[in-house]
Amino acid sequence: MSKIAAMGDRDSIYGFASIGLDIFPLDRIDNPATTLHNLAQGEYAVILITESLAKKLETEIDKYSDKPLPVILPIPGVTGNEGMGMKAISKSVEKAVGSDILKEQ
Amino acid sequence: MATANVNPTRMELTRLKKRLITARRGHKLLKDKRDELMRQFLEAVRENKRVRREVEAKLEVANQHMSVARSLMSNQAISVAMMYHKQSMSLEVSEKNVMSVKVPVFKAQYKTADEGDIYSYGYSFTPIDLDDAILALSDIMPDLIALAEIEKKCQLMASEIEKTRRRVNALEHVMIPDYEEKIRYITMKLDESERSATTRLMKVKDMMIEKTIRERLAREQELDAKLAEEA
Repeated sequence: MSKIAAMGDRDSIYGFASIGLDIFPLDRIDNPATTLHNLAQGEYAVILITESLAKKLETEIDKYSDKPLPVILPIPGVTGNEGMGMKAISKSVEKAVGSDILKEQ
Repeated sequence: MATANVNPTRMELTRLKKRLITARRGHKLLKDKRDELMRQFLEAVRENKRVRREVEAKLEVANQHMSVARSLMSNQAISVAMMYHKQSMSLEVSEKNVMSVKVPVFKAQYKTADEGDIYSYGYSFTPIDLDDAILALSDIMPDLIALAEIEKKCQLMASEIEKTRRRVNALEHVMIPDYEEKIRYITMKLDESERSATTRLMKVKDMMIEKTIRERLAREQELDAKLAEEA
């Protein structure tokens, strides 16, 4: 049985704790990249990560994009939507097609 | 040069012809696979964008409630409220095969019988916005899991398309022309040696005829000489 983890700044993710996710707030972990790898290799199938943190860990996250598990999902935090998630979709379109043909003007 | 180390033999020719047929068939199949993958991928990406927009809009609402709750409570109060959560969510992971791409499928399971059992605190000392925020997050969860599924599907399909496209191109622009050139080379070489064999035979035949003629001439001259002596 796999679990879901949430990583990011405390304010953005602590709500997830009460609906049964395991949370890893930034003020409790020393090295986010190592934590991410540990979570990915552990029992977590889905890792929610705030966009601001996802931006910092982009290279680490890319390592898991070709593997079936885990799914690392950037979500907007309390500081607002930075469009990281949509950018990731565009990136996979670019990878498959050659250029982003579904871009919205 | 592609023909540098090819044995111009009939056996090699048969082998290459077989490989060319296989390569052509593989190329056709892979091209079909690429086209179908692309069609499904574009569908999935549109769906992905739609789901993501929905989830992000809902998360924004939840975050607004959260910010209000945060401003009304002290750090300790929040920590206390969130310290012991009743609900625990886990995922049952299975696999689905989409055009030979294995994509994960998730099914959420809750520890307590009631999915809505999400409030880990008494209502007396917490603002209503905290309840709203947590309720909103709990409502988003199914969508979030669907988003995780489809986003992974898109990523995996994208890399599969990339791989397939490379294979198609390698077959189309490298392997198949290479085989064709080798086959042409061997055919020409074999034809050439056949022609040279024929020429050699003709030459030998000529030489043999010449030799016979010369012998016959010599014998006739001998006979003539003998006849002349006798007369």
